Amino acid sequence: MSGNGRRTRFSKAMNDAASRTAAWHEIVLATLKSNDVRLVVYVPDRVFTPLIEALHADAFFTTFAATREEEALGIVTGAWMGGMRGAVLMQTSGFATIPNALASLVVPCQIPALLFVSERGTLGEFNLGQAVVCRTMRPVLDALGVAYHTVTRRDELAFIVDRSIKQAMATQAAVTFILSPLLTGGKAFTA
Amino acid sequence: MTAPQAHNTKMMNRFELTKRLTAKLTHEEAVIGGIGNSNFDLWMSGQRAQNFYMLGSMGLAIPIALGVALAQPQRRVVALEGDGSLLMQLGCLATVAERAPQNLTIVIWDNGIYQITGAQPTATAATADLVAIARGAGIAKSAWAADEEDFDRLFAMALSDDGPSLIAARIDGEPGVGTTDRDPVQIRARFMQSLGVTR
Repeated sequence: MSGNGRRTRFSKAMNDAASRTAAWHEIVLATLKSNDVRLVVYVPDRVFTPLIEALHADAFFTTFAATREEEALGIVTGAWMGGMRGAVLMQTSGFATIPNALASLVVPCQIPALLFVSERGTLGEFNLGQAVVCRTMRPVLDALGVAYHTVTRRDELAFIVDRSIKQAMATQAAVTFILSPLLTGGKAFTA
Repeated sequence: MTAPQAHNTKMMNRFELTKRLTAKLTHEEAVIGGIGNSNFDLWMSGQRAQNFYMLGSMGLAIPIALGVALAQPQRRVVALEGDGSLLMQLGCLATVAERAPQNLTIVIWDNGIYQITGAQPTATAATADLVAIARGAGIAKSAWAADEEDFDRLFAMALSDDGPSLIAARIDGEPGVGTTDRDPVQIRARFMQSLGVTR
């Protein structure tokens, strides 16, 4: 996944110069905003906390917690059918709870849901359960035919998210952004 | 399957109540029908473009309705859901209460069984009271319909007053009287067009 070094102006809200110095969560927020994604429903995640706090602080967004990830997918599906674009934030283990909602609602109804997954279970995971569930995520997405991008570099983040949101809306297909610890720092621990 | 003791209400029929409900829809209200019999009787009560017939994703009718209600605050939105489906996704009641959309009404058909899979009893057949659960979740305007006239009254109030509200009806164990078409893309596209949404 790359822009071949030919990055064009990919975001009205954040130009190249700004995105070089912005934090990952600032880039995600700006890219959601420039694509008119107003609804962000999440199940909390430690790594996503700065993004969640920034979304709450910005009146442009309607953002709140759902009790389960599949509930959040249902909300975003309904909102999109009502004319409001939406994204869901979750962590890897949360993704493992939604394959049925993807297979029986989002994929067959062609809903361009935007899924942001904070990647746990790799690059220094301390919880065996997280490590196992992480290995199920990409095979499930492959089996469902849902596009995904693993984002590891801040300089590619805006391009990937911006272009993929536009593709999702144009092709009526969901997309998943797996935000690697290489991008976010992940959840650190001392062995 | 007999009724829970938690509420002294008449046992009614889902198809009859669904027809009474849709007869009151005069302002292009959106209706989200839950999986299985809730959908089937909605379909058979007369197809409306503003009906979204959920074909899978058991338990998500209320979250979908919440999403529509958030996106279109000027439009009334109704979710139709069964007791088994709601028991699968009880947390959504807390989310609805916390968001408090004024334009959302939830209708629960409670037959105390998973009718479509062989009439196995749900927890509402013995112990769980879904109206008490909804009130506990924070949806203050939650009520059992005592009989058909009471259902009409409650639903008319729900369409005119500020929500969110929840109406539960104790129903018999009859299956749906028909089945929906199963073309999710067509159902979704028709629903969106009827809501005035252009991509």
